[in-house]
Amino acid sequence: MNDITLSVQHLRKKIGKREIIKDISFELKSGEVFGFLGPNGAGKTTTIRMLVGLIKPTSGTIHICGYDVKKDFSKAMERLGCIVENPELYPYLTGWENLEYFSRMLNNIDSNRIEEIVELVGLTERIHDKVKTYSLGMRQRLGIGQALLSKPKVLILDEPTNGLDPSGIREMRHFIRYLAEKEGLSVLVSSHLLSEIQLLCDRVSIILHGKIIHTESVHTLLTQKEKLFWRFTPLEKGIKILQTVAPSVQVQDDIVITPFIETEVSKWSKLLVEANIEIKEMNRQIPSLENLFLEMTGGEISE
Amino acid sequence: MNKLVYNEMLKLVKSKRLIVVSIIIGIMISMFTYAQYREIENLQKRIGDKDWRVTLQQSIIDMQNRIGSSGISEEWRSQLKVRIDQSQYYLDHDINPQEPGAPTFLRVFLDNSIQLLLPLMVMIVSADLVSSERSLGTIKLLLTRPIKRWKILMSKYLTLILTISLILLIFGFFSYLISGLFFGYAGWRAPILTGFTVDSGELNTANVHLVPQWQYLLMIFGLGWFVSLVVGTLSFMLSVLIRSTAAGMGVMLAFLISGTIISSIASSWESAKYLFMVNLRLTDYLQGNIPPIEGMSLPFSLTVLAIWGLAGFIISFVAFTKRDIY
Repeated sequence: MNDITLSVQHLRKKIGKREIIKDISFELKSGEVFGFLGPNGAGKTTTIRMLVGLIKPTSGTIHICGYDVKKDFSKAMERLGCIVENPELYPYLTGWENLEYFSRMLNNIDSNRIEEIVELVGLTERIHDKVKTYSLGMRQRLGIGQALLSKPKVLILDEPTNGLDPSGIREMRHFIRYLAEKEGLSVLVSSHLLSEIQLLCDRVSIILHGKIIHTESVHTLLTQKEKLFWRFTPLEKGIKILQTVAPSVQVQDDIVITPFIETEVSKWSKLLVEANIEIKEMNRQIPSLENLFLEMTGGEISE
Repeated sequence: MNKLVYNEMLKLVKSKRLIVVSIIIGIMISMFTYAQYREIENLQKRIGDKDWRVTLQQSIIDMQNRIGSSGISEEWRSQLKVRIDQSQYYLDHDINPQEPGAPTFLRVFLDNSIQLLLPLMVMIVSADLVSSERSLGTIKLLLTRPIKRWKILMSKYLTLILTISLILLIFGFFSYLISGLFFGYAGWRAPILTGFTVDSGELNTANVHLVPQWQYLLMIFGLGWFVSLVVGTLSFMLSVLIRSTAAGMGVMLAFLISGTIISSIASSWESAKYLFMVNLRLTDYLQGNIPPIEGMSLPFSLTVLAIWGLAGFIISFVAFTKRDIY
């Protein structure tokens, strides 16, 4: 199950004299959800648009299941499903008509397949209504439905939870995990929310100013970067104790921040309790995207 | 390709574009029919005679009086002269140029709408074909299918050709049906004079011959189709180049209207004859009207239009296949 489905090598894009994508390379394996994390304007959408053939790269190659997007456009696209930004479908057609419309642009898609898709994305009841009456969540699901019509090997979703409510986000998350784990798809998801990536992805690339500055498994990234926020009295005494055991201790007003190390935390709190310190709060937090960038780039978030 | 064209036609029908165009055509034709009906009524009242010979004689006298009056421009004078000659020819050969009936209405109406109304209808559909996909955002879905871009655009272009043919059919069908209610449905075989040529301001009737009206109608519908195709191709190109449908339509509209203005005032700006919008009145050549600018003839206009259309076609395809979609 570890074969590479999407391979991007030395991708660059220049607009005029400005290089907006600077040498991006990465690979996706089947059955994996890969995150593309970066602030708005970092180049996520531009990169994704190059992957799906909407923008021509200045240099570099993109292969989908071994087919070059530039040379074998049709063959590469047959193996790719995507939603770029919002799922824009034809509002004056019904959901069913939209799916029929897209199936006419593919080979060998019959109405059985469409029915299968409708059931998969859970739109059975509303499929014969006009798309303009759909909620954003339903449009998003129909969008994924059309992306899955051709039974692709790679699914590219640009900000898939944008504009969804919490239950919609959770639903989407389960659905994407299902596609990767049960159907063996490679899914590329872009987001500007670290919490999103944390819950959804196996691996993540952090992209900033058109460059990938870090690629890692989400698990390592988070365990490395997770923080524990403490509140206790008396403050001074507690800080001294923590400084003897924790690798780093920061103080912000009455909050003390240490790294979160799962195996150590209970020992630290025990020490504090034994020293008669009253612990009011222990709060485990993932760093904000901004802090993560600050740490990785040494403070260079904007140019 | 069949499936792609089917898709495009489906969108046109479901987005109600075609229905809008049909309704506009229907309303226009009803209005013109009524106007024409009143006009005829009025004429009869003024002349007090139902015979067309008297009417024609009257209009000849009118025109002669106008030529005689001072302060009339030289071009206008020669144009009137040609018309008098023409009317005289009809009179001498006992042919009624305005033989009432639905086919005649169809002929007159098409003659008058070939420059503006017909191109406008075509524009409503063609200016929207590509740019609507961009404003809806569906272009992203369209271009990420396993189909090459030129095929996508070709399916849209074929749809345009189909639609133009359909619009002309609707046009003909509606005007025949509606005007027939007032003027009757007869007149397919009425003889029409054609073959006029204009040599340096003089009407040359050497090649003039009679054709039955239905044959003449076929000819002008052919010319109308060609004009529509060229105008359609050009607004199709604008639709590819300009993101907003409204802006594209505005540009095309400005061109079309400037065409009517230029042809009425710019007879001394000779190179204006290479502009496509001055060459749209192809049916004038069949009737023997003096062209707006000297040196224009039917083959000349056809060539100019064909070149513009071809250029628009090529630019559309190059731009569409090369462009990055943001």
